Amino acid sequence: MANRLTQAVSGVQEWFNDRAPSFGPFYAKHMTQYYAPKNFNIWYIFGVLSMVVLINQIVTGIFLTMFFKPSAAEAFASVEYIMRDVEWGWLIRYMHSTGASAFFVVVYIHMFRGVMYGSYKKPRELVWLLGMLIYLVLMAEAFMGYVLPWGQMSFWGAKVIISLFGAIPYVGSALTEWIMGDYLPSDATLNRFFALHVIALPLVLLLLVVLHIFALHEVGSNNPDGVEIKKGPKGNRWSDKAPADGIPFHPYFTVKDTFYTGCFLLICAFIIFFQPTFGGLFLEHDNFIEANRLVTPEHIKPTWYYTPFYAMLRVVPNKLAGVLTMFSAILVLFFLPWLDRGKVKSWRYRGTGFRIALFVLGICFVWLGKIGSGPGTDPVETIIGRFLTAAYFGFFIFLWVYTAFGFEKTKAVPERVNDHD
Amino acid sequence: MHKPQRWIAGLLVALTLGLALPAAASEEGGLEPSNANLADTGSLQHGAKLFMNYCSGCHSLKLMRYSRIAEDLDLSEDQVMNNLNFSGANFGERIPPSMSPADGKTWFGAAPPDLSLMARAKGVDYVFNYLKSFYLDASRPVGWNNTVFPNASMPNPLWELQGVQTAKFKPAEGTEPAQFEGFEMHQAGTLKPEEFDKVARDIANFLQYAAEPAAMQRKSIGIWVLLFLAAFTLLAYFLKQEYWKDVH
Repeated sequence: MANRLTQAVSGVQEWFNDRAPSFGPFYAKHMTQYYAPKNFNIWYIFGVLSMVVLINQIVTGIFLTMFFKPSAAEAFASVEYIMRDVEWGWLIRYMHSTGASAFFVVVYIHMFRGVMYGSYKKPRELVWLLGMLIYLVLMAEAFMGYVLPWGQMSFWGAKVIISLFGAIPYVGSALTEWIMGDYLPSDATLNRFFALHVIALPLVLLLLVVLHIFALHEVGSNNPDGVEIKKGPKGNRWSDKAPADGIPFHPYFTVKDTFYTGCFLLICAFIIFFQPTFGGLFLEHDNFIEANRLVTPEHIKPTWYYTPFYAMLRVVPNKLAGVLTMFSAILVLFFLPWLDRGKVKSWRYRGTGFRIALFVLGICFVWLGKIGSGPGTDPVETIIGRFLTAAYFGFFIFLWVYTAFGFEKTKAVPERVNDHD
Repeated sequence: MHKPQRWIAGLLVALTLGLALPAAASEEGGLEPSNANLADTGSLQHGAKLFMNYCSGCHSLKLMRYSRIAEDLDLSEDQVMNNLNFSGANFGERIPPSMSPADGKTWFGAAPPDLSLMARAKGVDYVFNYLKSFYLDASRPVGWNNTVFPNASMPNPLWELQGVQTAKFKPAEGTEPAQFEGFEMHQAGTLKPEEFDKVARDIANFLQYAAEPAAMQRKSIGIWVLLFLAAFTLLAYFLKQEYWKDVH
């Protein structure tokens, strides 16, 4: 019996190899013969987790589009129809809404990991740039998705965010009208955001994710020691030419990632089934009221994952300057590989100044996020917000000065990677 | 180094945060907790009856179907159609208002809002407190005001049960607005205060249910999903350990 089965399997394999001889090597290159450093720690699971969330968003999104009505008159009621009358609709919708927030959680940790271990440094600058593009598209994708349920926060959030483009001199107001297709967020806006959210941006996102992974697999993964395993000794159990400290992605990391994915899904399932609004952070209270252009909510604020940047916008007194500050805060990340001139990658062996600065950057980001999600009426908080914004940009200036002029005192980097976790 | 304990500890921290964060975020300023409980079917049935008798005259529940109420609240079709449906709508239809929005606007100054999602937008404690905070105010068009939602145009529909209360204010001084100090019962109602608390709690509970009927389902299914995932993760952990034995 088993013999017959193996015969059948190898028969199918042969059939494919005859017709598409490059499929097998392609699979091997990215799975069984992709040698990843054996010392990956927990910080290295967030790339895979963001893939898991991406697939969740696509699959649940497809089901949501079967019942959602992309018109200002019907959108809100159709979402509640999904929540009440569609079999398992509530589960699909909570998976999608929790997935959106989970996406940003894992992507922010994934990006922070990149800075901790210098994963953006040569030869991985392209991987970092593609990753940053993914982040940009993801922000647009999530913003447009948040508009679709057509609640109060969808409407007023859209109005505030789109009006940012109005700060651009000369073309500003024409540009906002062009984006909205109206003078206010309206049926036209909702309809086009639907098109962009379900087709245009997901296609771009998928393409960028594929490029991100291909670019990574060209140069190989970094690791918590920041040691290039490709430059180390050659030869492991699977190949004479492979790096000695690398192990095949499949099955070693697929099985490890399966375990961590289980842990991650446990947390997500807990939120989906027991805290789906997450106290108003994942689904905001005001969004359970249908959009009404005549009633402004008490506090208009974007979803939590934009609030660090939203805080920067609010604490800068001039609107145009605020918009520029906000966009620069994202733009500056693109230049990280060239601002950081340090040769040592991992913070394990970098100077104390870098470790402190990175810690401060993390605090700034989280604290700004807190300020951005508040009412923004406390003048003391505004002052703190300005300091934090300055410190956020200060990190990048410090990093350049610190590394370009030889202030950084690094520790000795080991020849080989440390033991695995 | 294999340190599963560390990850389990991390998971626990994350779960605690998951519990604590929403709790902290949803804290509603100055509201008395309603202690409404979705698992208390008796309270929901009582709330449904009160809603249909005292609220549905003006307010619709346009996202809620009579049939769904029967299903979720352990009631038969006859029970719902004979005791809860005063609108003449079919069993499978949604709950309409008895009052047209135009009449509502003429009579109260604003059309009474649909209450399907009120408890999700404002919180169940808000509804509970709102129902208890009506007081006589001759300066308002309908003679009633409310401390939870000042200058609401709604009169107290439950005055016969609660009684008629007035509010004591510390008068405004300079730029300081008037401070609410407490209620005074003007004319006793048919219910004792703790009996009326139950009325307000059951209506709030019913509206909490109406705002998210799936809440009952998701909690009972959620336990099994978590158990399954825990078992899956445990197996995945052993599988990982087995594979990684030969990595040195």
